[in-house]
Amino acid sequence: METAYLIETVIKIVVILLIFSALAGIGTYFERKILAFMQRRLGPMNVGPFGLLQVAADGIKLFTKEDIIPTNVVANVFKIAPVITAATAFMAAAAIPFLPSFTLFGYEVHPIVADINIGILYILGIMGVGLYGPLLGGMASANKFSLLSAARGAAVFISYEVVTGLSILAPIMMVGSLSLIDFNNYQSGGITSWLVWSQPVAFVLFWIAAFAETGRTPFHLIANDHEIIDGFGTEYSGMRWGLFFIGEYANMFFISFVIPLLFLGGYGDGSFLGAIGLLAKVAFFFFFFLWTRAAWPDIRPDQLMWLCWKVLMPIAVLNILITAIVMM
Amino acid sequence: MHNEHNEHLKNRNVSELDVNYYMVDIKDYPTDSWGKFKRVVQRSFRGELFVGLWVVLREMIRFDIHTVKYPEEKMPIGPRYRAVHEMKRLWESDTERCIGCGLCEKICISNCIRIDTKIDENSRKEVSEYSINLGRCIFCGYCAEVCPELAITHGGEYENASDQREHFIMYQDMLTPLDTMKAGAQREFEGFGAITPHEDERVKKTPLAY
Repeated sequence: METAYLIETVIKIVVILLIFSALAGIGTYFERKILAFMQRRLGPMNVGPFGLLQVAADGIKLFTKEDIIPTNVVANVFKIAPVITAATAFMAAAAIPFLPSFTLFGYEVHPIVADINIGILYILGIMGVGLYGPLLGGMASANKFSLLSAARGAAVFISYEVVTGLSILAPIMMVGSLSLIDFNNYQSGGITSWLVWSQPVAFVLFWIAAFAETGRTPFHLIANDHEIIDGFGTEYSGMRWGLFFIGEYANMFFISFVIPLLFLGGYGDGSFLGAIGLLAKVAFFFFFFLWTRAAWPDIRPDQLMWLCWKVLMPIAVLNILITAIVMM
Repeated sequence: MHNEHNEHLKNRNVSELDVNYYMVDIKDYPTDSWGKFKRVVQRSFRGELFVGLWVVLREMIRFDIHTVKYPEEKMPIGPRYRAVHEMKRLWESDTERCIGCGLCEKICISNCIRIDTKIDENSRKEVSEYSINLGRCIFCGYCAEVCPELAITHGGEYENASDQREHFIMYQDMLTPLDTMKAGAQREFEGFGAITPHEDERVKKTPLAY
C-alpha cells in the first residue's frame, strides 16, 4: 500500500471524526433552537450570542462530570456500551461519499474513506451492530427501565432492519451495484433521473425506517422520557452518556447523507452546485428529524411492531416484486 | 351597556351563544376487522401527520415568541399578589403605621411574626421589635387581612432568595424607605377586591350548562 494513500486515509478519518463530533454538538444546538421556535420559545439564549456557545458549555459540563459506575452494574460491559454506539456510528461513515471529489493543491481528493463496492451493505451492517450499544448498555445497567429500553431497542432495530434492507433492495436491483458512488452516478442526469421518481415507495419506507434506526421521535420509544426515563442512558453520566448522544446525532447526520445519496441524486454530476445541493438535502433531512419531533407524538411499542411487520414489510416485499416484474 | 354585559355572562348556555364551542365528533371504534382496516387506511391517507407538521412550521415562520426573558423582563403582577410583606408609613407624619396591636402575630398560622411593644416616654404604645421570618412564612395573607391600619400588606417583590437566613427577617427592607415617603411615592394597597389591570379582557365564560 502506498504511503500517500495511507496518509490520505488517516487524514480523511481524522477530518470526518472531528467534523461530525462537532456537528453532533451543533446538532443539539439546532435541535433545541428549532424545537423552541416551533413551540414559541427562544431556546438557549444566554451562553454566547444567540446561545451559540451553549454547545461548548454542555461539552465542558459533560467532560468534567464525575464518571459514575453504579454498584450493581456489569462494569466492563457498562463501560464499553457507549463506545460501541459512537464507534459504529462513525464506522458507518467510512463508506459514505460526503462530497464529490475535488482537487486540493493539485491533489485529487475523494471525500470517502473507503470506496468499497458493497458500501450500502456495509453501512446497513455497521448500523445493525450499533444495536449493541443500547442493548448491552441497557442490560448491564442493573435498572429495570434500562432493561426495558434494551429489549425495545433490540426489537425495534431488528424489525426495522428488515424494512430498511427490503426497501433498499428494489433500488439496488435497478442500479445493479451496492456502492453509493455508483448509486450517485446512476442518478447524475438531473432531477428526472433521481431514484425517488421510479422508487417512491422504497424512498418512503427507507425514510420511515431511518426514524426507527436512529431512534427519533415517532419511534423514540427506546429512550422515551415519560415512560422509561432515559432508557439505556438512565444510569450513565458524564462523557459516557455524551458518547451515546454523539452516536445518536452522528447517526442522524449519516442517515441524512445516505437518504439523498440513495434516492435524491446525491451530489449529482459532481459540480460545485451538486455538492451544495447534497448539503442542502442533508440539511433538509436533518431538519425533518427535528421537525417531526416537534409535531408528532410517539407511538406505542406494539404499534411500532404492527407498523413494521403488518404494513411496511408487506409493502416492501410487494415493491420488490413489482420492481422485478417491471424490470423483466 | 353594563347590564347587557352582565346578561351575556349570566346566560351559561354556551352552545347557543358562542360559536367557538362545539362538540367533538367521535365515532365508535370499529369492532370487525374490515372496519379496523378501513380506519387504518383512513388515518394513513387523511394526512393528519402533515397537518401537524404544518402547524409547527407555521408557528416557526410566524416567530411569535412568547418567552419572557425572566431576569431582564418580568411579567406584571396583580395588586392582589401575595409576595414579601411591606410595612407602610403614615402619609401625614411619615412614622410607621403599625400600632402594635399584635393581631398579625396572633393570627399568623405559621408563627413567623414576632412583636415586642413597650410604653414610650409619651406613654404611647410603641413597637420595639417587629420581625417576620420569611423563611417560615407561607404567604397566606392573614396578617395583611387582619391588620386594622393597613400597616402590613403584601407587596409584589417575589425575588427574595438568599443564602443567609438572616436576610429573611429584614424589617428595614419591608418598611417603606423614608425618602420614598418624602417623595410621596409609597404605593398603597389597592384592597382585597382589586383586580389585575386589563383583567376584563381576559375574562372568559366558564361552560357550566350544556
